[in-house]
Amino acid sequence: MEEKLILDEKKIKKILIRISNEIIETIENLEDLIIIGMQTRGVFIAKRIIEEIEKLENIKIPLGIIDISLYRDDIYEKLKDISLKETKLPFNINDKNLILVDDVIYTGRSIRAAIDCIMDFGRPKSIKLTTFIDRGNRELPIQPDITGFYFKTRPKEEIISVKLKEIDSFDSVFLKFIH
Amino acid sequence: MLEQKDLLELENLSKENIELILDTAQKFKKLFTKSVKKFPALKGKTIVNLFYEPSTRTRNSFELAAKRLGADVINIVSNTSSIMKGESLIDTGKTLEAMKVDFIIIRHSISGAPNLLAKNISASVINAGDGFHEHPTQGLLDLFTIKDKIKDIKGKKIVIVGDIAHSRVAKSNIFALKKFGANITLVGPSTLVPESFKTLGVEIDYDLKNAIKNADVINILRIQLERQTKNLFPSISEYVKFYKVTEDLVSSLDSNVIIMHPGPMNREIEISSHLADTKKSVILEQVTNGIAIRMAVLYLLSLFKNISKVSL
Repeated sequence: MEEKLILDEKKIKKILIRISNEIIETIENLEDLIIIGMQTRGVFIAKRIIEEIEKLENIKIPLGIIDISLYRDDIYEKLKDISLKETKLPFNINDKNLILVDDVIYTGRSIRAAIDCIMDFGRPKSIKLTTFIDRGNRELPIQPDITGFYFKTRPKEEIISVKLKEIDSFDSVFLKFIH
Repeated sequence: MLEQKDLLELENLSKENIELILDTAQKFKKLFTKSVKKFPALKGKTIVNLFYEPSTRTRNSFELAAKRLGADVINIVSNTSSIMKGESLIDTGKTLEAMKVDFIIIRHSISGAPNLLAKNISASVINAGDGFHEHPTQGLLDLFTIKDKIKDIKGKKIVIVGDIAHSRVAKSNIFALKKFGANITLVGPSTLVPESFKTLGVEIDYDLKNAIKNADVINILRIQLERQTKNLFPSISEYVKFYKVTEDLVSSLDSNVIIMHPGPMNREIEISSHLADTKKSVILEQVTNGIAIRMAVLYLLSLFKNISKVSL
């Protein structure tokens, strides 16, 4: 598969710092904030954002982890990587401000599933969506509140591949061409 | 991924697939014991419990597992259905298929009945116990329970006590445990522990006290009073005298020994009532784990079916 580098390590770092600052700016009361990462790479992005905010604001922010496998409506198309992963929300989310973090937003279906999953755990005060990459082509009326990088892909021809140190040993974002 | 339509036996299920089921069950257990009990993963699917033999826990366990995944469940019990009017198994299966059911969970007194059904219909078939053949989800939940307590079961001694000859639970246990390298000893009256089991690579003993020496796990099977028509042991009291597992017997063993029983228990026949209620007993954990295992099996089989449907 042919591929083109879109973001390197340096740019990824800058974008995450910007996202963290935007979160600090938008959320009034950081004490009530919980950041929730979506398995798998959304969790690592969430962790990096938390680190950044904690550094800037000298505050502890809880991390939640969700796996949306059981809530998907498109499992039929996802042939790879269907194993169940950990969901961990070991705290009360009622009346909290949540920030949901994923690496890439595309059709919006995963986010719909994630919202359903979160609602099974309680009734948060609000949920805001942060995505690192927005590749356009939404199928549902769902838009991120904070976006790291916008890159509209041609459906069925191009995909975005996010690589992160924690799992892939290096940081990069590639555009891949499907033939 | 579990690349098969049905779950009929553990004998030919690979170690990797067993590990996948156990791993998935672990996730489900964490979820439904700690936070959310119900998920929409099988929403819109229909599951039939087709039971030709009495069952309480297995049928209810499957029903709860299916409902916790959002599926609809119907129960067919043989003495109140067309089965009594003489309908054949395949006809019953095809009728259910015409009603567009997705899963048939079957218990039958004849070994191999689930295999026959699975060959003739496209719905997924799960064996919930067939004759003296297998009871795969029980084997999986027992393995899950043991692995939960003893991480690596390679080389560990697992003793299965009681009516081995009539036990599909024993067979599924043996097939599953052998794949993970456990040493298995079977013990019971010679009429209930056939020599032929040695071909499965297990030890056989007829003396309970000797058999349980150095045991890490003792899995006590139910004496199937309904199957004792051939007088395979002289009397219940004689069985109790020689094969009832008591706290006294177990006291000489390592304090971490695990006592298991697939239920329903005949207290004071195969197991002393006191032992069943001690900390060593994991009998109720087996029940909880049974739901997790059945959720995992239903979930994994339905994933494969959905994916293979799309690729056709």
